[in-house]
Amino acid sequence: MVLAVLLVSCEKKEINEPTTFVTVQFSHNWDETAVTKADFNTVKFVNANGNRLSIERLRYLISNITLTNAENTPLQIKAYNLVDVGEKTGFNLQSDNPIPEGNYTLSFTFGLNAANNRDGVYQDLNSVSFNVPKMLGGGYHFMQLDGKYLLANTQLANFNYHVIRAADITDPINMVLQDTSFKVNLGEVTIKNNAIVEIKMNISEWFKNPNTWNLNILNTVLMPNFNAQLLMNENGKSVFSLGTVIP
Amino acid sequence: MLKRTFFYTFILVIASSCSKESSEVYVPVLKPIEIPRLFENLLIAPIVPSNNPQTEEGILLGKKLFFDPILSANNTQSCSSCHDPQFAFADNKKFSEGIDGKLGNRNSMPLFNMAWNFDEKFFWNGRSNSIEEQALEPVRNPVEMHNTWVKAMASLQDNLQYPDLFFAAFGTRKIDSTLVAKALAQFERTLISSSAKFDKYLAGTAQLTASELSGFNVFMNEAKGDCFHCHGSDKNPLWTDNKFHNNGLDNFPSKGLESVTGNSSDRGKFKTPSIRNLAFTTPYMHDGRFATIDAVINHYSEGLKTSRTIDPLIKKVEQGGVQLSPKEKADLKAFLLTLSDNDFIKNAAFQN
Repeated sequence: MVLAVLLVSCEKKEINEPTTFVTVQFSHNWDETAVTKADFNTVKFVNANGNRLSIERLRYLISNITLTNAENTPLQIKAYNLVDVGEKTGFNLQSDNPIPEGNYTLSFTFGLNAANNRDGVYQDLNSVSFNVPKMLGGGYHFMQLDGKYLLANTQLANFNYHVIRAADITDPINMVLQDTSFKVNLGEVTIKNNAIVEIKMNISEWFKNPNTWNLNILNTVLMPNFNAQLLMNENGKSVFSLGTVIP
Repeated sequence: MLKRTFFYTFILVIASSCSKESSEVYVPVLKPIEIPRLFENLLIAPIVPSNNPQTEEGILLGKKLFFDPILSANNTQSCSSCHDPQFAFADNKKFSEGIDGKLGNRNSMPLFNMAWNFDEKFFWNGRSNSIEEQALEPVRNPVEMHNTWVKAMASLQDNLQYPDLFFAAFGTRKIDSTLVAKALAQFERTLISSSAKFDKYLAGTAQLTASELSGFNVFMNEAKGDCFHCHGSDKNPLWTDNKFHNNGLDNFPSKGLESVTGNSSDRGKFKTPSIRNLAFTTPYMHDGRFATIDAVINHYSEGLKTSRTIDPLIKKVEQGGVQLSPKEKADLKAFLLTLSDNDFIKNAAFQN
């Protein structure tokens, strides 16, 4: 009798467990003011250091986008995703398969972790030239944020805030590599009725917290700059947050 | 009696004429692009439109059209007049001359690996959205073939060979500009360059000299040449990003991409050309202003001119450029020349 009840109970749960698809959307802002391609190419942003700047290119890579349920079982939505704000690509991710409705923790890795950041293995990323030269540590860019900033004499100068795996190339034969990818945990989300989950990037945080970024000093050729990469890694951790979840 | 004979002969001619197309079987032989192993390993698949698959008959027709002056108004100029195989399908002149002796204002672009132009933006300013669309323009351009498509189609239709070739390729003897463009595009998609010395080096079948290797490092080093951000790398063997950049040629650049988008932030942006086959594609830049590779290197080293839309990836603009030493310049040039694909320019399948 008890066994029969258990069997019925299990069977019932399996049949009735509702599933749904989930879509992850990416949005971008500068201290809560929305940033889109239409905002590019104009000196309209001021960073924490007081540098006035424009954005002309913003591409970034995140990986292992995952929902983890209450039983600590991870469901990977996508292995990696390249967002290109200028090209308006990579803004929407949909799970390939339906997932059980319920509460999950949403997380991802900014960039590629050491195991996945392998030279030349991703054809789609090679095809859009997102590689990092082997002599600079290899693998892939995590982010390319390019633009111009205003010099004291009102002239414009270029900046390239390129985030990669930190590489000390002082001795090219014995290069020292340090993984600068990091996990972002956005907290709990309830997934039901084809939920749409927003991931927000506050671009200003790259220049702010905890390291105030002085573009007059750190502007270009930052890829071979080991210490600059560590600073970027620290600043990146406050960049992302959970936006709206619909429904 | 004579009248009756004429009548029956007339009927017979009509019958045989009608039956020629209806009874013939249109069976084109598919000939997919032969993807080089290097490209297959590193890049996503080439773009072939579903409405224009590669076929043996289509490619053959496209090749014949490419080298045939019949498309020009006075039968003197073919596509190959400005896109010569020996120059990697570019022209060795700053500006090409049209049938009336008039010059254009853009340097003829080389043609190869076009199916891997993933954004499908063609011409220096990106005004065409496919190879097929691009192929339509030179025929009617007054400084090129200076013809009309109506006349060009009539010339082809009246030709003894072309109607049959179009039937073999597309199943119809009625020739139109769309089919001409499709055939040309099929041929152009076969123009694949992947056998340069550097390709062989990557495949492990050739060695680079010390100077060539040093030059590759100049190319890949962000603190030196920093060429890789726009011009590909050993992991992107197209050696172009096929994007549009203002590379600091002028303080007051011409419109470039802006002429297509209408966006002033696109002023002076031109498509990144591949640096494959540089040895054959002189002169350089959209306006052919540089006659030598040395002049190009000097431009990035100390000749940059700033403007509002100069690409942020262009380094040390305030100093005029990246300030390469004479040795670095020589090494960089040595590396660039390893991207010369002699097999490509001599490929018999690509000759008239």
